[in-house]
Amino acid sequence: MDAKSDRTTVERKSDREVVVTRTVDGPAHLVFEAWTKAELFARWWVPKSAGLTLLSCAIDARVGGTYRLVFRHPASEQPMAFFGTYIEVMPHSRLVWTNEEAGEAGAVTTVTFEEKDGKTLVVVRDLYPSKEALDAGIGSTDGMGETFDQLDALLVALGARAG
Amino acid sequence: MVQFSRARLDASFAALSDATRRGILEQLGRADASITDLAETFDMTLTGMKKHVGVLERAGLVATKKVGRVRTCKLGPRQLEEETAWIARYRDLWAARFDELDKIVGELKQKEKNDGRKK
Repeated sequence: MDAKSDRTTVERKSDREVVVTRTVDGPAHLVFEAWTKAELFARWWVPKSAGLTLLSCAIDARVGGTYRLVFRHPASEQPMAFFGTYIEVMPHSRLVWTNEEAGEAGAVTTVTFEEKDGKTLVVVRDLYPSKEALDAGIGSTDGMGETFDQLDALLVALGARAG
Repeated sequence: MVQFSRARLDASFAALSDATRRGILEQLGRADASITDLAETFDMTLTGMKKHVGVLERAGLVATKKVGRVRTCKLGPRQLEEETAWIARYRDLWAARFDELDKIVGELKQKEKNDGRKK
Protein backbone atom coordinates (compact mmCIF):
# COMPACT_ATOMS: atom_id res chain seq x y z
CA MET A 1 0.00 0.00 0.00
CA ASP A 2 1.54 3.32 -0.97
CA ALA A 3 1.33 6.50 1.06
CA LYS A 4 -1.33 7.90 -1.26
CA SER A 5 -3.76 5.06 -0.67
CA ASP A 6 -3.21 5.27 3.09
CA ARG A 7 -5.00 8.59 3.09
CA THR A 8 -8.23 6.83 2.24
CA THR A 9 -10.08 5.48 5.28
CA VAL A 10 -12.96 3.02 5.31
CA GLU A 11 -14.95 2.37 8.43
CA ARG A 12 -17.99 0.22 9.04
CA LYS A 13 -19.93 2.50 11.34
CA SER A 14 -22.69 -0.02 11.99
CA ASP A 15 -24.24 -3.14 10.50
CA ARG A 16 -25.86 -0.93 7.88
CA GLU A 17 -23.39 1.87 7.24
CA VAL A 18 -19.97 2.19 5.61
CA VAL A 19 -18.07 5.48 5.60
CA VAL A 20 -15.16 6.38 3.31
CA THR A 21 -13.08 9.53 3.80
CA ARG A 22 -10.30 11.18 1.85
CA THR A 23 -8.84 14.68 1.55
CA VAL A 24 -8.47 15.94 -2.01
CA ASP A 25 -5.92 18.64 -2.82
CA GLY A 26 -8.23 21.23 -4.34
CA PRO A 27 -11.10 23.59 -3.47
CA ALA A 28 -14.58 22.18 -2.90
CA HIS A 29 -16.12 23.76 -6.01
CA LEU A 30 -13.72 21.84 -8.27
CA VAL A 31 -14.10 18.55 -6.38
CA PHE A 32 -17.88 18.97 -6.55
CA GLU A 33 -17.60 19.59 -10.29
CA ALA A 34 -15.72 16.30 -10.73
CA TRP A 35 -18.55 14.51 -8.87
CA THR A 36 -21.42 16.07 -10.82
CA LYS A 37 -20.25 16.44 -14.44
CA ALA A 38 -20.61 13.19 -16.36
CA GLU A 39 -17.54 13.69 -18.57
CA LEU A 40 -15.35 14.18 -15.47
CA PHE A 41 -17.06 11.56 -13.26
CA ALA A 42 -16.60 8.94 -15.98
CA ARG A 43 -12.84 9.45 -15.82
CA TRP A 44 -12.35 8.50 -12.17
CA TRP A 45 -15.30 6.47 -10.80
CA VAL A 46 -14.19 3.20 -12.41
CA PRO A 47 -10.50 2.62 -11.68
CA LYS A 48 -8.64 0.40 -14.13
CA SER A 49 -7.96 -2.09 -11.32
CA ALA A 50 -11.72 -2.77 -11.03
CA GLY A 51 -11.63 -4.68 -14.33
CA LEU A 52 -14.77 -2.95 -15.59
CA THR A 53 -15.31 -0.93 -18.75
CA LEU A 54 -17.62 2.05 -18.50
CA LEU A 55 -19.88 2.05 -21.56
CA SER A 56 -21.93 5.12 -20.75
CA CYS A 57 -22.40 7.67 -17.99
CA ALA A 58 -25.30 10.11 -17.72
CA ILE A 59 -25.64 12.48 -14.76
CA ASP A 60 -28.33 15.07 -14.05
CA ALA A 61 -27.22 16.38 -10.67
CA ARG A 62 -30.34 18.27 -9.67
CA VAL A 63 -32.84 17.37 -6.94
CA GLY A 64 -35.05 14.75 -8.57
CA GLY A 65 -32.56 14.32 -11.43
CA THR A 66 -31.21 10.86 -12.22
CA TYR A 67 -27.92 9.18 -13.07
CA ARG A 68 -27.20 6.03 -15.02
CA LEU A 69 -23.87 4.22 -15.40
CA VAL A 70 -23.52 1.21 -17.69
CA PHE A 71 -20.54 -1.15 -17.37
CA ARG A 72 -19.21 -4.19 -19.06
CA HIS A 73 -17.60 -6.88 -16.91
CA PRO A 74 -15.49 -9.62 -18.54
CA ALA A 75 -17.36 -12.30 -16.55
CA SER A 76 -20.77 -11.20 -17.79
CA GLU A 77 -22.21 -11.10 -21.31
CA GLN A 78 -24.85 -8.56 -20.41
CA PRO A 79 -23.79 -5.03 -19.49
CA MET A 80 -24.61 -3.97 -15.92
CA ALA A 81 -26.44 -0.74 -15.15
CA PHE A 82 -26.23 1.28 -11.94
CA PHE A 83 -28.79 4.02 -11.56
CA GLY A 84 -30.66 6.21 -9.10
CA THR A 85 -32.02 9.62 -8.22
CA TYR A 86 -30.50 12.68 -6.58
CA ILE A 87 -32.39 13.50 -3.37
CA GLU A 88 -30.27 16.44 -2.22
CA VAL A 89 -27.91 18.64 -4.20
CA MET A 90 -26.21 21.50 -2.34
CA PRO A 91 -23.57 22.98 -4.63
CA HIS A 92 -20.01 22.46 -3.39
CA SER A 93 -21.06 20.90 -0.08
CA ARG A 94 -23.47 17.97 -0.23
CA LEU A 95 -24.92 15.29 -2.53
CA VAL A 96 -27.41 12.56 -1.63
CA TRP A 97 -28.52 9.92 -4.11
CA THR A 98 -30.33 6.59 -4.16
CA ASN A 99 -28.96 3.35 -5.63
CA GLU A 100 -31.93 1.77 -7.34
CA GLU A 101 -30.42 -1.14 -9.30
CA ALA A 102 -30.68 -3.38 -6.22
CA GLY A 103 -34.36 -2.51 -5.64
CA GLU A 104 -35.29 -2.14 -1.99
CA ALA A 105 -31.87 -3.44 -0.87
CA GLY A 106 -30.18 -0.37 -2.35
CA ALA A 107 -28.14 2.02 -0.23
CA VAL A 108 -28.60 5.76 0.06
CA THR A 109 -25.28 7.51 -0.60
CA THR A 110 -24.47 10.82 1.10
CA VAL A 111 -21.33 12.70 0.07
CA THR A 112 -20.16 15.81 1.88
CA PHE A 113 -17.43 18.22 0.76
CA GLU A 114 -15.71 20.35 3.38
CA GLU A 115 -13.08 22.85 2.26
CA LYS A 116 -10.19 23.89 4.48
CA ASP A 117 -7.01 25.70 3.39
CA GLY A 118 -7.61 24.95 -0.28
CA LYS A 119 -8.12 21.22 0.37
CA THR A 120 -11.42 19.35 0.52
CA LEU A 121 -12.39 16.61 2.95
CA VAL A 122 -14.72 14.21 1.14
CA VAL A 123 -16.90 11.90 3.28
CA VAL A 124 -18.93 9.21 1.50
CA ARG A 125 -21.61 7.43 3.56
CA ASP A 126 -23.47 4.41 2.25
CA LEU A 127 -26.47 3.61 4.40
CA TYR A 128 -28.13 0.28 3.59
CA PRO A 129 -31.62 -0.82 4.67
CA SER A 130 -30.20 -3.90 6.44
CA LYS A 131 -26.97 -5.74 7.30
CA GLU A 132 -27.73 -8.36 4.63
CA ALA A 133 -28.14 -5.62 2.03
CA LEU A 134 -24.79 -4.11 3.01
CA ASP A 135 -23.00 -7.47 2.77
CA ALA A 136 -24.55 -8.12 -0.64
CA GLY A 137 -23.95 -4.57 -1.86
CA ILE A 138 -20.28 -4.48 -0.92
CA GLY A 139 -19.80 -7.96 -2.31
CA SER A 140 -21.06 -6.88 -5.70
CA THR A 141 -18.54 -4.07 -6.03
CA ASP A 142 -15.52 -6.27 -6.64
CA GLY A 143 -14.37 -9.55 -8.03
CA MET A 144 -13.44 -11.17 -4.73
CA GLY A 145 -16.99 -10.76 -3.51
CA GLU A 146 -18.19 -12.77 -6.47
CA THR A 147 -15.59 -15.41 -5.68
CA PHE A 148 -16.93 -15.70 -2.14
CA ASP A 149 -20.49 -15.89 -3.47
CA GLN A 150 -19.45 -18.74 -5.72
CA LEU A 151 -17.77 -20.48 -2.78
CA ASP A 152 -20.93 -20.01 -0.72
CA ALA A 153 -23.06 -21.49 -3.48
CA LEU A 154 -20.69 -24.43 -3.78
CA LEU A 155 -20.79 -25.03 -0.03
CA VAL A 156 -24.58 -24.96 0.01
CA ALA A 157 -24.65 -27.41 -2.92
CA LEU A 158 -22.21 -29.69 -1.11
CA GLY A 159 -24.30 -29.38 2.04
CA ALA A 160 -27.45 -30.31 0.17
CA ARG A 161 -25.70 -33.37 -1.22
CA ALA A 162 -24.30 -34.43 2.18
CA GLY A 163 -27.59 -33.73 3.97
CA MET B 1 -6.21 -10.76 0.24
CA VAL B 2 -7.29 -13.98 1.84
CA GLN B 3 -5.19 -16.97 0.87
CA PHE B 4 -6.93 -20.25 1.39
CA SER B 5 -4.58 -23.09 2.17
CA ARG B 6 -5.72 -26.42 0.84
CA ALA B 7 -5.96 -28.04 4.27
CA ARG B 8 -7.96 -25.15 5.69
CA LEU B 9 -10.29 -25.09 2.74
CA ASP B 10 -10.89 -28.83 3.15
CA ALA B 11 -11.62 -28.30 6.85
CA SER B 12 -14.06 -25.49 5.99
CA PHE B 13 -15.85 -27.57 3.39
CA ALA B 14 -16.16 -30.48 5.79
CA ALA B 15 -17.37 -28.21 8.58
CA LEU B 16 -19.96 -26.53 6.37
CA SER B 17 -21.24 -29.66 4.66
CA ASP B 18 -23.69 -30.20 7.52
CA ALA B 19 -26.97 -28.31 7.82
CA THR B 20 -26.84 -28.18 11.64
CA ARG B 21 -23.36 -26.69 11.60
CA ARG B 22 -24.42 -24.05 9.07
CA GLY B 23 -27.36 -23.30 11.36
CA ILE B 24 -24.99 -22.90 14.31
CA LEU B 25 -22.93 -20.32 12.37
CA GLU B 26 -26.09 -18.45 11.44
CA GLN B 27 -27.17 -18.46 15.09
CA LEU B 28 -23.74 -17.22 16.29
CA GLY B 29 -23.86 -14.51 13.63
CA ARG B 30 -26.82 -13.09 15.54
CA ALA B 31 -25.42 -13.54 19.06
CA ASP B 32 -22.82 -15.46 21.06
CA ALA B 33 -24.24 -18.53 22.79
CA SER B 34 -23.23 -21.25 25.25
CA ILE B 35 -23.04 -24.90 24.22
CA THR B 36 -26.12 -25.49 26.39
CA ASP B 37 -28.06 -22.74 24.56
CA LEU B 38 -27.08 -24.19 21.20
CA ALA B 39 -27.98 -27.75 22.25
CA GLU B 40 -31.43 -26.51 23.28
CA THR B 41 -31.94 -24.43 20.14
CA PHE B 42 -31.06 -27.35 17.88
CA ASP B 43 -32.75 -29.92 20.10
CA MET B 44 -29.61 -32.00 20.59
CA THR B 45 -27.67 -33.58 23.44
CA LEU B 46 -24.76 -31.62 24.95
CA THR B 47 -22.35 -34.28 23.68
CA GLY B 48 -23.70 -34.01 20.14
CA MET B 49 -23.45 -30.22 20.16
CA LYS B 50 -19.89 -30.35 21.56
CA LYS B 51 -18.89 -32.49 18.57
CA HIS B 52 -20.37 -30.05 16.05
CA VAL B 53 -18.77 -27.05 17.77
CA GLY B 54 -15.45 -28.95 17.82
CA VAL B 55 -15.55 -29.41 14.03
CA LEU B 56 -16.35 -25.72 13.49
CA GLU B 57 -13.63 -24.70 15.94
CA ARG B 58 -10.95 -26.76 14.17
CA ALA B 59 -11.91 -25.06 10.89
CA GLY B 60 -11.48 -21.65 12.56
CA LEU B 61 -15.14 -20.81 11.98
CA VAL B 62 -16.03 -20.76 15.68
CA ALA B 63 -14.04 -19.74 18.77
CA THR B 64 -14.96 -20.91 22.26
CA LYS B 65 -14.06 -19.66 25.70
CA LYS B 66 -14.77 -21.28 29.04
CA VAL B 67 -15.83 -18.99 31.86
CA GLY B 68 -16.54 -20.89 35.08
CA ARG B 69 -18.62 -23.86 34.03
CA VAL B 70 -20.03 -22.30 30.86
CA ARG B 71 -18.39 -22.60 27.45
CA THR B 72 -19.35 -19.65 25.26
CA CYS B 73 -19.18 -19.85 21.47
CA LYS B 74 -18.75 -17.01 19.00
CA LEU B 75 -17.81 -16.67 15.35
CA GLY B 76 -14.15 -17.54 14.86
CA PRO B 77 -11.10 -15.78 13.40
CA ARG B 78 -11.89 -17.00 9.86
CA GLN B 79 -15.10 -14.97 9.85
CA LEU B 80 -13.34 -11.91 11.21
CA GLU B 81 -10.60 -12.29 8.60
CA GLU B 82 -13.15 -12.17 5.81
CA GLU B 83 -14.68 -9.03 7.29
CA THR B 84 -11.23 -7.40 7.44
CA ALA B 85 -10.51 -8.59 3.91
CA TRP B 86 -13.59 -6.94 2.40
CA ILE B 87 -12.86 -3.68 4.16
CA ALA B 88 -9.35 -3.78 2.68
CA ARG B 89 -10.71 -4.51 -0.82
CA TYR B 90 -13.29 -1.75 -0.53
CA ARG B 91 -10.60 0.66 0.59
CA ASP B 92 -8.40 -0.33 -2.37
CA LEU B 93 -11.29 0.47 -4.71
CA TRP B 94 -11.90 3.88 -3.17
CA ALA B 95 -8.18 4.72 -2.93
CA ALA B 96 -7.85 3.97 -6.66
CA ARG B 97 -10.90 6.13 -7.40
CA PHE B 98 -9.60 9.04 -5.37
CA ASP B 99 -6.13 8.76 -6.94
CA GLU B 100 -7.80 9.32 -10.34
CA LEU B 101 -10.01 12.08 -8.90
CA ASP B 102 -6.86 13.83 -7.61
CA LYS B 103 -5.51 14.03 -11.16
CA ILE B 104 -8.74 15.52 -12.50
CA VAL B 105 -8.99 18.11 -9.70
CA GLY B 106 -5.32 18.95 -10.40
CA GLU B 107 -6.20 19.58 -14.07
CA LEU B 108 -9.23 21.70 -13.12
CA LYS B 109 -7.08 23.78 -10.75
CA GLN B 110 -4.52 24.38 -13.47
CA LYS B 111 -7.24 25.30 -15.96
CA GLU B 112 -8.81 27.75 -13.50
CA LYS B 113 -5.41 29.33 -12.88
CA ASN B 114 -4.78 29.70 -16.63
CA ASP B 115 -8.25 31.14 -17.23
CA GLY B 116 -7.68 33.58 -14.38
CA ARG B 117 -4.51 34.86 -16.02
CA LYS B 118 -6.25 35.50 -19.31
CA LYS B 119 -8.85 37.76 -17.70
